[in-house]
Amino acid sequence: MSLGAYLAVAAALFVLGLAMMIARRNLIYILMGIELILNAANLNFVAFSRHAANAGTEVALRGQVFALIVILLAVAEAAVALAIVLHVFRLFDSIRPEDPDLLRE
Amino acid sequence: MERIAFALFAAVALGGGLVALFHRSIVHSAFALMATFLGVSGLFVLLGADFLAVVQLLIYVGGILVLILFGLMLTRPDPAERKVRRVAFVLTAVAVPAALLVGKIAAAGRWAAEEGKLPEPQPAARELGLLFLLKDAYLIPFELAAFLLTVALVGAVYLARQTPPPPPPEEPR
Repeated sequence: MSLGAYLAVAAALFVLGLAMMIARRNLIYILMGIELILNAANLNFVAFSRHAANAGTEVALRGQVFALIVILLAVAEAAVALAIVLHVFRLFDSIRPEDPDLLRE
Repeated sequence: MERIAFALFAAVALGGGLVALFHRSIVHSAFALMATFLGVSGLFVLLGADFLAVVQLLIYVGGILVLILFGLMLTRPDPAERKVRRVAFVLTAVAVPAALLVGKIAAAGRWAAEEGKLPEPQPAARELGLLFLLKDAYLIPFELAAFLLTVALVGAVYLARQTPPPPPPEEPR
C-alpha cells in the first residue's frame, strides 16, 4: 500500500472526530471525538515512520516514539477530562457543554 | 493480500467512526468506537508497528473505553440529545468536515503522488525499547511522561472524589 492511502484513512478519522465534536451536544461525545482525532494523528505518525524505514533505525522509529507519547497524553487527558465531566455533572446536573456558565454572570 | 487486509481494517475503523458519530445511543457509540480502535490497531500491524498495535489495544480498548463507559454510567445523558439535532446544524456539522476531508485527501494524494509502495518495515519492538532506555535517545521524555501520567492520574482521582456541593454563588457574605 502507498503512503497516501494511510494518510487518507487518517484524514477521514480526523474528520469523523471533528464532526463528532461539533455535532453532538454531550461532553462525553466531545471526549470521544478528541480520542478519534488523536488516533488519526497517531496513524499519520506511524505511517510516516514506515515511510522513513530506510533512513536508519533511530530516524525510522521517531514516529513510533512520538505516537507512544501521544497515546500516553491521551490517557492522561481522558482521565482528567472524565473527572472534570463527573464534577460538572455533580454541580449542574447536566453534561451538556453549554450548561456550565458560572463565569458569564 | 495486503490490499485486502488494508481495506478490511480501514473499513472497520471508518465504519466504527461513522456509527459512533450517527448512532442515537451514546452507549452504542462507545462500543462502535471500539471497532475504530481495533481497526487502527490492525493498520498499525500492517505498518510494521507491532508494539504500538498491542499498546493501542491495551490502552484504548482496555483503558480509555472502559473509562468512557464508567463516565457514562456515572452521568445521565441529556434526553433531548437523543433526538436528531436541527437539520441546518447537522448539515453544517457534516458539510464543513466533508470539505476539510476532500481537501486533506487531495493534499495527501498530491504529496504522495510520486511515492510507490512503502519500504519494508524494520523489526521495531526491541529497538523501540532501547530508544526509550538510552540516555542520548528518549530517556528524559520517557521519565517526564511517567511523571506526567502520575500527576494526571492523582489529580483526576482528587477531582473526581465526592465533595459536598458548594454554596450557591449569589449568597451574600
